Amino acid sequence: MDEGLRSELSKQGIFTTTLEDLYNWGRKNSIWPLQFGLACCAIEMIATTMARYDLARFGAEIFRPSPRQADLMIVAGTVTKKMAPQVVRLYNQMPEPKYVIAMGACAISGGPFKQGYNVLKGIDRYIPVDVHIPGCPPRPEALIHAFMTLQRQIDEQKLTGPDRPRHLVADAPSEFPVPQFGEHDLVPSKNPEVWQPPHSGRTE
Amino acid sequence: MIAPLDTLARRIQEAVPGARVEVVPNDSPAAQPSLLVDSAHALAIARFLRDEPSLRFDYASNVAGVDWLDSVTKTKTKVKKIVDGVEKEVEETVETKRPGYLEVVYHLYSMNLKHGPLIIRQRTGNRAELNRVASLISVWRGCEFQEREVYDLYGVVFDGHPDLRRILMWEGFKDHPMRKDYVQPDDFEYEPTPHDEVLGRAKEHYPK
Ligand code: SF4
Repeated sequence: MDEGLRSELSKQGIFTTTLEDLYNWGRKNSIWPLQFGLACCAIEMIATTMARYDLARFGAEIFRPSPRQADLMIVAGTVTKKMAPQVVRLYNQMPEPKYVIAMGACAISGGPFKQGYNVLKGIDRYIPVDVHIPGCPPRPEALIHAFMTLQRQIDEQKLTGPDRPRHLVADAPSEFPVPQFGEHDLVPSKNPEVWQPPHSGRTE
Repeated sequence: MIAPLDTLARRIQEAVPGARVEVVPNDSPAAQPSLLVDSAHALAIARFLRDEPSLRFDYASNVAGVDWLDSVTKTKTKVKKIVDGVEKEVEETVETKRPGYLEVVYHLYSMNLKHGPLIIRQRTGNRAELNRVASLISVWRGCEFQEREVYDLYGVVFDGHPDLRRILMWEGFKDHPMRKDYVQPDDFEYEPTPHDEVLGRAKEHYPK
């Protein structure tokens, strides 16, 4: 529908919308996070939900203790290799549509513990991440910003066509392989479908 | 106040017959000497340290592991020798080889008498199959998780530990990550500002 006509109509008291707008509006305003935290960043996430920062303003006040009822996984904290399979399993148990925010240096890259023997170098090795937030820990404002970024992403989704979201593509995966405990490392150490090692950027 | 360590070592030997106790000096800035006890008598010694009214070490604040690799120390000595009929001073290097071992260090305090720390050590025979020391849980209950951690990260086996499982790594993990010869999985990733050891790995993985 033409934007000009729509605003003209709304001045006359006629509200028009599309199914797509309505659907995205509904989804983006009731994102229920999964209630779990992994390390120090979780404290900041808890602060974000409390009265001072009040994540409830964005429709995310209900943290669900069960992955079956959650839409959003906030990976808040250090993902150790011992914990990584459980995090992936929790993600697999969430119903589509589902989103992931990787919160803090640890969750996006291993942070201060990168190159250590027991910390995963970022949860994006095993599950697709929608928004990464740097910081150690990120402030509540940063988490709210990530949340608004996610809402914007949802708002811009097209329900039809080749770049429709994953949950509307019948054969797109909604579960990802859970890594196994190996003798020296997790097996596999990354999921190449989801993540490829970065390039140094230098050529020649 | 605790008596000087050599006095304490003598008292321990009197109280626990057959125990071998040795004072380990420390010439680092910390200057904190410790007692090396033998594993066969470690439990009896620990009990003595806890129960003796003038010592009462009722709190083991910390259990740590140390990995000592095989080492060779070279000392140069000047020796007089007769070379071509003339007496000369010649420098000779003597190599002393010390086989490696693993060490478990306990830091003891007395809450009751407000003194400490007293540091006691146990050593394993070597870094491979002779890796057993005595568990001191029956004396200090709080050692349980810390001894598990030393087992997990260094591979020291504690005789008498009721629940010796890995604690930070998973069951089925084969290595002991805090050992000095631990080889990490080859999973280096690009870093914008690598330095030291990481710089070496960066060059291996990103030669350009
Ligand atoms: S990023 Fe920093 S604050 Fe967050 S979990 Fe890691 S160490 Fe803790």
